[in-house]
Amino acid sequence: MGAVTARPQPAAACPGCVVTPTEPVRPIPKDVQLALSLPTIHCQACISKVERALNAVPGVQSARVNLTLKRAMIQAEPGVRADALISVLEAEGFESHELDAGALSVTGSDKAGRELLMRLAVAGFASMNVMLLSVSVWSGATDATRDMFHWISAAIALPAIAFAGKPFFESAWSALRMRRLNMDVPIVLAIALALATSLWETALSGEHAYFDAALTLVFFLLAGRYLDHRTRAIARSAAQELSALEVPRALRIKDGAEQEVAVADLRIGDLIRVRPGGRMPVDGEIVEGQSELDRSLLTGETVPVYAEPGTGVSAGEVNLTGPLTIRASAVGTDTSLHRMADLVAVAESGRSRYTSLADSAAKLYAPGVHILSALSFFGWYLYSGDLRTALNIAAAVLIITCPCALGLAVPAVTTAASGRLFRKGMLIKHSTALERLAEIDTVVFDKTGTLTKGTPDLTNLSDIPREAASIAAALAGASSHPLSRAVTQAAEAAEIDAVAVADVTEVPGFGSQGLLDGKTVRFGRAAWVGAEQGAHTAAWLSVDGAAPVEFRFNDALRPGAEEAVSSLMASEKQVVLMSGDTTGAVRALAERLGITDWMAEALPQDKAARIIEMTGQGQCVLMVGDGLNDTAALTAAHVSISPATALDAARVASDIVLLGTDLSPIAEACDVAKKATRRIRENFRIATVYNVIAVPLAVAGLATPLIAALAMSTSSITVSLNALRLR
Amino acid sequence: MDVITYLIPISLFLGAVGLIAFVYTVRSNQYDDPEGDARRILSDEWDDHPKP
Repeated sequence: MGAVTARPQPAAACPGCVVTPTEPVRPIPKDVQLALSLPTIHCQACISKVERALNAVPGVQSARVNLTLKRAMIQAEPGVRADALISVLEAEGFESHELDAGALSVTGSDKAGRELLMRLAVAGFASMNVMLLSVSVWSGATDATRDMFHWISAAIALPAIAFAGKPFFESAWSALRMRRLNMDVPIVLAIALALATSLWETALSGEHAYFDAALTLVFFLLAGRYLDHRTRAIARSAAQELSALEVPRALRIKDGAEQEVAVADLRIGDLIRVRPGGRMPVDGEIVEGQSELDRSLLTGETVPVYAEPGTGVSAGEVNLTGPLTIRASAVGTDTSLHRMADLVAVAESGRSRYTSLADSAAKLYAPGVHILSALSFFGWYLYSGDLRTALNIAAAVLIITCPCALGLAVPAVTTAASGRLFRKGMLIKHSTALERLAEIDTVVFDKTGTLTKGTPDLTNLSDIPREAASIAAALAGASSHPLSRAVTQAAEAAEIDAVAVADVTEVPGFGSQGLLDGKTVRFGRAAWVGAEQGAHTAAWLSVDGAAPVEFRFNDALRPGAEEAVSSLMASEKQVVLMSGDTTGAVRALAERLGITDWMAEALPQDKAARIIEMTGQGQCVLMVGDGLNDTAALTAAHVSISPATALDAARVASDIVLLGTDLSPIAEACDVAKKATRRIRENFRIATVYNVIAVPLAVAGLATPLIAALAMSTSSITVSLNALRLR
Repeated sequence: MDVITYLIPISLFLGAVGLIAFVYTVRSNQYDDPEGDARRILSDEWDDHPKP
């Protein structure tokens, strides 16, 4: 695993970086490491199939699947591109997305997680040994034997806690320096007090020492910390590095020659060449060339827009058919794309308003524990006048109330819930996302790219004469325009072979034409073939002398969209459709899915404003969207979901990422989130019950190390078992 | 009670062995894919020899 890609771009989080032409990555003279996300794999057969398929690709040296992360790591020769591997896997029936391997190699080893695991291990092994000695003490060791056991326990416990408890010491110290209290302050205080009084007791050959309690405490708390870290590390590493290989470069034309420059170096007035398939790097005006533009990521419109010299273009639009030369009119932060990104900064994030259940519990808990322990110290000191007894009892109170179970209550549940959702293809990115998801009562969907695939589907193939379809398939096969690709796919599915058409040429912005038996055949825009443009998205085929044939298209629904919407409605949530697309297209989709509340031709500001308005009325909104025009709305919503195909900016703005194409897990996620929150509350209650039983004993001075150990372990284990019921 | 002088060092030693073994497994990436490893034993494609 020596070679790591020298790919310089980390996951692009800023929307400005989206605006880049899709240029091939420069060849790297070393072996490359590629990473693919495989959201649909789930069993041994999938592992073997994927590995076999990948290893069979020429140039691949080794491929290994990680089922836990649903990811494949591939070691390959420099020429191998991820797109090729993705299409190989698609042929095998697996969906896959490229992950940025350069960024992954940083998180791959997961240093922090490993460190936590080491500390957990040290605490675990030390507590086992100390517990062994403690059991002998509890079962009757006395005098010199007991003292020796205590001293050995101290010799194990002190260095072990010094090493294992470091995360708590650091966090408590940083909280205290800011003059705040967090959950770690009572923990550290309890550990320190327990160790100090136990050492003192041991030195005086006392009966009670709490070395085992201090160690098990650290062990359980570290277990909670580790679970928490692991859940979030998996989500973080996969979600943020799901980035397209887009290099922020553009082709500038200077003195008639093309020259590759960084997008940041472009100036107003520069002439820029944008090849078919590339994104507009800046705002500008077309000076040369004819083509069609896909504006769906910016506006949600599905129908490509015809573009010719004089047409204005915005950064982020995709050039579909012909090469274009544009003159830049706004660059960098002045582009309309950037203004849209600024909206995100203005919209107040739903996340920042939310206080997590754990935080609100800690706010009640930390001061309460300190007051209780201080009170019992002073009470006993005044009553007995003995500092040693008072200190012992204060330590016992702190240890027994120590939030072992509280520390496990939230992470155990979120780990179980995230694991369950991950198996369904959802990544929970934000730590409080599940709690917020449980509260929602309104779901807002974007249309293009979210409820629909964003790619057209041919709808009236059965009405088209077979001969016409085969001519259209021949003409469409030469083009990469979305409508042409839809025709090719539909023809393949219906097993219609393309006839041999000679001299097929693509006329950018209009369509394709060719010669069949000496007659000109054309497939393209209505006006170009001499037909009347209707209300639908359509392309027309004309054979010289005959009436044009209409090919109608519909934006295909994403799999699971209908189930998701209907089950959300069944659980009495208000479902809203907001799109930047035309009224007709939005209405048709809303009627198809049974959504009564819809909004068409919505600008990004409108979407965010509507969500803020709904929030103002006390509704908790879940936003599901993928485009740049959704980012402000995603940020403003209480909680947000975006599909893996979404733009970087949208994925960064959302709390949960859907890995697969299927939308149906959304409804299930809401249920799981509700159950998870219920479990968290139950866990808090269980932990409280244990405290209610054990604290009076501790305050009364009746608690022994044995009772402390029992209370602590049973409450932690019950809480974890309760969390496991979610799986 | 003489037996304690042997047993305590032995128990400490065994604990240390367990800890070292665990540290070794963490260092050699054996916890990176628990789910996949659990399923790989069902694979039909096994090796008769270790890879050269």
